[in-house]
Amino acid sequence: MKALHNFLEKNVKPTFEEGGKFEKLWPVYDGFETFLFVPGKTASSGAHIRDGIDLKRTMNTVIMALIPALLFGMWNVGYQHYIALGMDATFMQEFLFGAIKVLPMVVVSYGVGLGVEFLFCVVKGHQINEGYLVTGMLIPLIMPVDLPLWMLGLSAAFAVVIGKEVFGGTGMNIFNPALIARAFAFFAYPAYMSGDSVWINTSVSEGQSVVDGFSGATILGELATTGSTSYSAMQAFIGTIPGSVGETSVIMILIGAGLLIFTGIGSWRIMLSALAGGAAMGLIFNAVAPYAITEVQQQFMAVPFWEQLIVGGFAFGIVFMATDPVTGARTNTGKWIYGFLIGFLAIMIRVFNPAYPEGVMLAILFMNTMAPLVDHYVLQANIKRRQKRTLKTAEG
Amino acid sequence: MAEATESIEEGVKDEAEVIEAPKEPLFSKKNRKLITDPFNDDNPITVQVLGICSALAITVKLYPALVMAISVVFVMVSANVIVSLMRNLIPNRIRIIVQLVVIASLVVLVDQVLKAYAFDVSKELSVFVGLIITNCIIMGRLEAFALGNGVWKSFLDGLGNAFGYGAILIAVAFFRELLGSGTLFGYQVIPDAWYAANGGYYVNNGFMLLPPMALIVVGIIIWVQRARNTKLIEEA
Repeated sequence: MKALHNFLEKNVKPTFEEGGKFEKLWPVYDGFETFLFVPGKTASSGAHIRDGIDLKRTMNTVIMALIPALLFGMWNVGYQHYIALGMDATFMQEFLFGAIKVLPMVVVSYGVGLGVEFLFCVVKGHQINEGYLVTGMLIPLIMPVDLPLWMLGLSAAFAVVIGKEVFGGTGMNIFNPALIARAFAFFAYPAYMSGDSVWINTSVSEGQSVVDGFSGATILGELATTGSTSYSAMQAFIGTIPGSVGETSVIMILIGAGLLIFTGIGSWRIMLSALAGGAAMGLIFNAVAPYAITEVQQQFMAVPFWEQLIVGGFAFGIVFMATDPVTGARTNTGKWIYGFLIGFLAIMIRVFNPAYPEGVMLAILFMNTMAPLVDHYVLQANIKRRQKRTLKTAEG
Repeated sequence: MAEATESIEEGVKDEAEVIEAPKEPLFSKKNRKLITDPFNDDNPITVQVLGICSALAITVKLYPALVMAISVVFVMVSANVIVSLMRNLIPNRIRIIVQLVVIASLVVLVDQVLKAYAFDVSKELSVFVGLIITNCIIMGRLEAFALGNGVWKSFLDGLGNAFGYGAILIAVAFFRELLGSGTLFGYQVIPDAWYAANGGYYVNNGFMLLPPMALIVVGIIIWVQRARNTKLIEEA
């Protein structure tokens, strides 16, 4: 490492510095250098908290928290595929099949997203920072496995440009970029993002065929059309169900959530309140289920509230997306309100509008918009309370 | 309102200058600017951000957008000329109503012509033809320009602004129809064989057909325009 550092300092750095040959590509060099080594610069003015945790470490921790979900997602893609074909397969076969399907998604997501981001930074002369590392990992995890790669790349590019760069880059965005990518793909190519045929890869080679009676619907898809599901709650909890690549396994997401909470990077307030919000809406639906108009809706509403919390992208959304510190609420009270409403709205959207089974995505995007408003009122309430207190002390 | 009166004063000043130099050529530099400005520096949609509503609603396909643009050109130019002719007769207190009556009559005319000769488009544009009445661009130009300027200048101003509006409308519709439906003016542009349904890889972008995407396309046009024309960037 030391030799590499010396080599970079002596031979490579000057060509990128002002007056050097590749002066224009300085942001690219800077991005790589700070990625490899601790930056040599420190802030020159103002009071700063000295802490080892910087943007890079934050991002890396989130990626580590995503790894269990990613690995499980790979295996599950293969597992679902072989079930659909009615074939027996070993664990390794299943995992390899999934890895071959999922890794290209990860590569395309990173390649396109980072490419666009680098391009922007070079043109604008900005510093490149690590904002995209997490987004690039989240995007493949929230897409169905059969999504064509060019759509994935287009969504990633759209997310970086319209979701982030137009607002001023990392840390300035209003919406979670990964969810922008998913929303873009969802509205642009609905046939590839929803329905029953996209969640399980059913590509067959010579002599193989899909088993009779195979549906491929997700739990939410089944619930919305028939009111009941063929999967058990235990399966949904472990994650051996069809769905977006990384969203199926609640256990793996909980491991990630544990890491995020332990390191203090993800807000436990948001996760907990979102859970409470989802449970509250679930309980309300349970209570009013008998009054629903159609029978399917009655059954959908009567699904036990805790089951609502483990199916679909709910767990993944509230652990990895709602806790995004840039787009979420900043104040602690605000986080409770923000999280609660995400859970509440997510369950409401998915039950009331079966066309959008992924209410979680829309709920988080909606609350992203509302987060500054929530913070504003929390602050105002605080100011008023303190004003009252001062007045009281002054009078007394 | 303050802006409007200011512009009227400006207009009055212009007229005073015209009286001083009555032999101003028809296409003097100032007059030419009336037409060219709305295309770039003073575009009604991308700079003044007026008339956004119709830009979102009728730009899914090029043909309706073109018809809409032509209708607005007709209404705007005629209204500007008529109001400019009457500008010294209109009592100040009821000028808005008078302007509205002028625009509304013209719009009804356009609506009837469309119904008679282009019924399909008329159905497609539905209420948006009628809503030309409330198009802020037309009202704005009447208030800000026609009320205080001569007929020829008002004519040029109306023409410039309506074309500036139409140009953006058609640009947005071009991208939305091309990417959303793969057609231009209803003719297939993207080869059939490219489509996923026929064994290719391409799929039309359904998002382009939804109004939010029109807003994003307009936003991108504004972005490109400001990147090229640094005069428009406000100081932070």
